[in-house]
Amino acid sequence: MKIQPPRALWVPFELGRPLGAPGDAAFQTRVLRAALQLFETPSGPVLVDFPDDAPTAADASTPLVCPVNFASPPEYVSDTDLLRAALQREIAQLRTWYDLAVTTRGRTTVGVSRLTPEEMGTFIGAFLDGQAPPNPRADIALAALFRFAVEDLKSYYCEALTAQPGQSTADSATLADWFWRETTAGRVLFAVQEVCKQSEVPGMHVVATGFLIPRARSAESAFAKA
Amino acid sequence: MARLDHVHPAMRAALLAMECPTFDTHPWVAGPALLQRRVAIVSTAGLHRRDDRPFAVTSGNARAIAGDYRVIPNDIVANDLVMSHVSTNFDRTGFQQDWNVVLPLDRLHELAQAGVIGSVAAFHYSFMGATEPSQMASAAHELARLLLQDHVNAVLLVPV
Repeated sequence: MKIQPPRALWVPFELGRPLGAPGDAAFQTRVLRAALQLFETPSGPVLVDFPDDAPTAADASTPLVCPVNFASPPEYVSDTDLLRAALQREIAQLRTWYDLAVTTRGRTTVGVSRLTPEEMGTFIGAFLDGQAPPNPRADIALAALFRFAVEDLKSYYCEALTAQPGQSTADSATLADWFWRETTAGRVLFAVQEVCKQSEVPGMHVVATGFLIPRARSAESAFAKA
Repeated sequence: MARLDHVHPAMRAALLAMECPTFDTHPWVAGPALLQRRVAIVSTAGLHRRDDRPFAVTSGNARAIAGDYRVIPNDIVANDLVMSHVSTNFDRTGFQQDWNVVLPLDRLHELAQAGVIGSVAAFHYSFMGATEPSQMASAAHELARLLLQDHVNAVLLVPV
């Protein structure tokens, strides 16, 4: 530990889950109490390892499949208009599950872009042509809004899917596999990335190359170089 | 921080390549017992109220946004908390399912109610981080002053 803060609790949980386990109040409390107890340590710096991995759900989710059936499988859709239409159909068919998720949880993390899911699809899909669509928000630059819309869309998909039977405890890897490998939205983002790498819209190249596709997923792009 | 052997190789290489600052001194403050502690959370998850400004996305003005933070009132409701962190490399599905996995406010309130800690601060704070830590020094000093005004004597720094 190079930095040596006065008190630190190291936790073995995946990035994005510092308290370890969503929906497990008892486990979260254990983590929190372990951190708070460091205030009682008489001298330091002190670095303590939390001893346990995050619990995994006993009723692990069933393997995920794309919830939408297309007349033409999305991997064979190359025309951008058809791809955009497929994305809108996918968004529409997830809507009832998303609405159920919001009702059940009493919250949603979708909304930073302030676009509806349908508007997100239209806005993101517009970049497939290499053109800059009109910016519907005056307070945020186009590249930033694009980034927020992408993250909102991903949240919309995952919140919707985890409302479906047997998927409420789907782990992060399963959800990411599903989104990036099985959905039209994932394919659209890979395609948009390729287009936007050449974009002259301020900030768009930076977003496309660094803040759009997770490092762990880059190799899965159909455009990735072998 | 995750186990590095559980992290994707590309992400692991990026994490290992990050420079860590070092310090000449190691300040230490003992403070009162937990029961007398007023606790605040400072997150680097890029959290904010739904109608607040999102965190800036591009790195063109990195120095200007390094100390950018948002205020999270202690009485915020779960549906009012959103995340606009720029990174796409950490899991967000846990936060989607339960905000406490990132910002354990409900758990903190329970510990206060159970008499484990003294009280919970009136305000919590979130940065996005993702910058040179030394560039956040000015904001950290400002936040320390605000926390003292709130009579906070214990801060949980919760990275993402």
